[in-house]
Amino acid sequence: MAELRISGVEKVYPNGFKAIHGIDLDVPDGEFIVLVGPSGCGKSTLLRMIAGLETVSSGTIQIGDRVVNELEPADRDIAMVFQNYALYPHMSVYQNMSYGLRNRGYPKDAIEERVQKAAGILQLDGLLDRRPRQLSGGQRQRVAMGRAIVREPSAFLFDEPLSNLDAKLRVQMRVEIKQLQRRLGTTSVYVTHDQIEAMTMADRLVVMNAGVAEQVGTPIELYERPSSVFVGGFIGSPSMNFMPATVEPDGRHLRLSDEARLALPVEGRRVEPGRPVTVGVRPEHLTLSADADSALAFKIVLIEHLGADTLLYGSASSVEATGEGGGLLTVRWSGHHTPPAGEVIRLAADPAHLHLFDAATGRRI
Amino acid sequence: MIKRVTFRHKWLPYALLAPQLLITLVFFIWPASQALYQSVLRQDAFGLRTEFIGFENFADLFADPTYLSSFHITLVFCLAVASISLGFALMLAVMADRVIKGATTYKTLLIWPYAVAPAIAGVLWYFMFNPSIGINAWILRTVFGYDWNHTLDGGDALLLVIIAAAWKQVSYNFLFFLAGLQAIPRSLIEAAAIDGASPLKRFWTIVFPLLSPTTFFLLVVNVVYAFFDTFGTIHATTNGGPAGATNTLVYKVFNDGFIGLDLGGSAAQSVILMIIVVSLTVVQFRYIERRVEY
Repeated sequence: MAELRISGVEKVYPNGFKAIHGIDLDVPDGEFIVLVGPSGCGKSTLLRMIAGLETVSSGTIQIGDRVVNELEPADRDIAMVFQNYALYPHMSVYQNMSYGLRNRGYPKDAIEERVQKAAGILQLDGLLDRRPRQLSGGQRQRVAMGRAIVREPSAFLFDEPLSNLDAKLRVQMRVEIKQLQRRLGTTSVYVTHDQIEAMTMADRLVVMNAGVAEQVGTPIELYERPSSVFVGGFIGSPSMNFMPATVEPDGRHLRLSDEARLALPVEGRRVEPGRPVTVGVRPEHLTLSADADSALAFKIVLIEHLGADTLLYGSASSVEATGEGGGLLTVRWSGHHTPPAGEVIRLAADPAHLHLFDAATGRRI
Repeated sequence: MIKRVTFRHKWLPYALLAPQLLITLVFFIWPASQALYQSVLRQDAFGLRTEFIGFENFADLFADPTYLSSFHITLVFCLAVASISLGFALMLAVMADRVIKGATTYKTLLIWPYAVAPAIAGVLWYFMFNPSIGINAWILRTVFGYDWNHTLDGGDALLLVIIAAAWKQVSYNFLFFLAGLQAIPRSLIEAAAIDGASPLKRFWTIVFPLLSPTTFFLLVVNVVYAFFDTFGTIHATTNGGPAGATNTLVYKVFNDGFIGLDLGGSAAQSVILMIIVVSLTVVQFRYIERRVEY
């Protein structure tokens, strides 16, 4: 059990590529923190630096009250679960789980007791004599977890541990890992590129982009107040809609195009008139509107039925959407009774759920 | 699944197989059957009379102390060549696996000895260990006070051919070991490092066991090499001497058959070698296909 403190950590590779541009992060004891971001954002590099598998170019990493920059991975009191599980193929499950303890010279009966206990927790009891290749994906995942928990380390590090599993198993293991972490109360750092995994598992999450921590916060904080266009687009599924807009002279409305206007959120009233902004609105916050004055005319192009709700893709009165939808806006429609494709509906956005970002920097206004 | 192809013409499959069959027939089946045939015959010194003598050639061989000593020498030679070349190659491969700068140059240089013909390799080492002009012999004499002379001392001679034969095989083994090492996922080594295993322990408990399919394959290849492909090395350096100290089985076949002109005895020896290589191959296929895969 220990807190983890990362201060001003940078990573520069010998070829001059700067992978991490100075990250500060405090993880209190027992917290489950998720590093999330697209591939190449530096999240795995940061995790490997915490593990001691990559050197730290500058800054310090502290686990408990020790600065671990110069310590070998074995001396950092951490355990890591790898993406490909990294099970030793020539050893049985029991040998895999006890390897770390044997290397540290634990007595035989203590090893036996710990492995049996971990096997009990992870439902691996009958499998201890098997070789990894005789196990299913989910079982291998559990053995990798078992290898981590028998050591009772100060911190768990997870490097995309679920990405090799099929969708159903992934959801199941997600719950199991989260429960296990709650039960053991061990500080955990979890790396993933999957924002749903990040949202569901994290106590707090760190959204990383190009070697920078864009925003740190609880899942709901990040969902409700994304600090940048990047975070807004990354968190939430389907992705947030973005549109270029300017603030009208009255300072209370946004002009999207000649015929489309939106009412400004209360906090947005401080924005000076005429300023170009990017406005973000989530698909679930676009609703049917009767008010013709401040509404978007939305022409339905494509309908996706998800069951409980339906996604409508479409274009809105000469508004150029800049989000992930390929120029289309996305609307989340409750239920499955929707107008047919081709029809034009009028949409309004709840001003409380409009996000304004600077058009040039992408930062939240 | 094996794909089944059906040919419309009866003669087509035979025509397609013919070149391969012809080569096998001319260069393998025919000489091998000649050896089998010769091994049960005896000719007089002038080749005027040939008589069938059954297994007498074989019986003579196993009663012959020089043949049994040749067997013994071959075993020592074989084990020494295989272990030295495997051990050395593994060491080089482990080091090459860690090299970052100039890795390609380093690897290329290590592969060169494989391109050297066995006889040349033998002569190379012959000169380096030459008692009067060789640099290694000189170092041994001046630094270690050891009077090296492979033309007189049987032990020195055997050591010389072992070194020459092993040196040539290191490159081949190195290539396979390097490929084997690079096939081990990096994360396994990292996991072991986090699990508190020292670099040496990581090697012996993780890397070496995972290399075992490669090692086993190379062991068989090296034994076959030492048994059969080292004729050139020995012929160019020691000629099987002094006093038969480097007279391995293959060399003895040549020596007895073409120098001693005992064709029957020589043929019997090659039949025995044939049996050995067949059983080695069987062992290799049996084990490579089973057991050693993860």
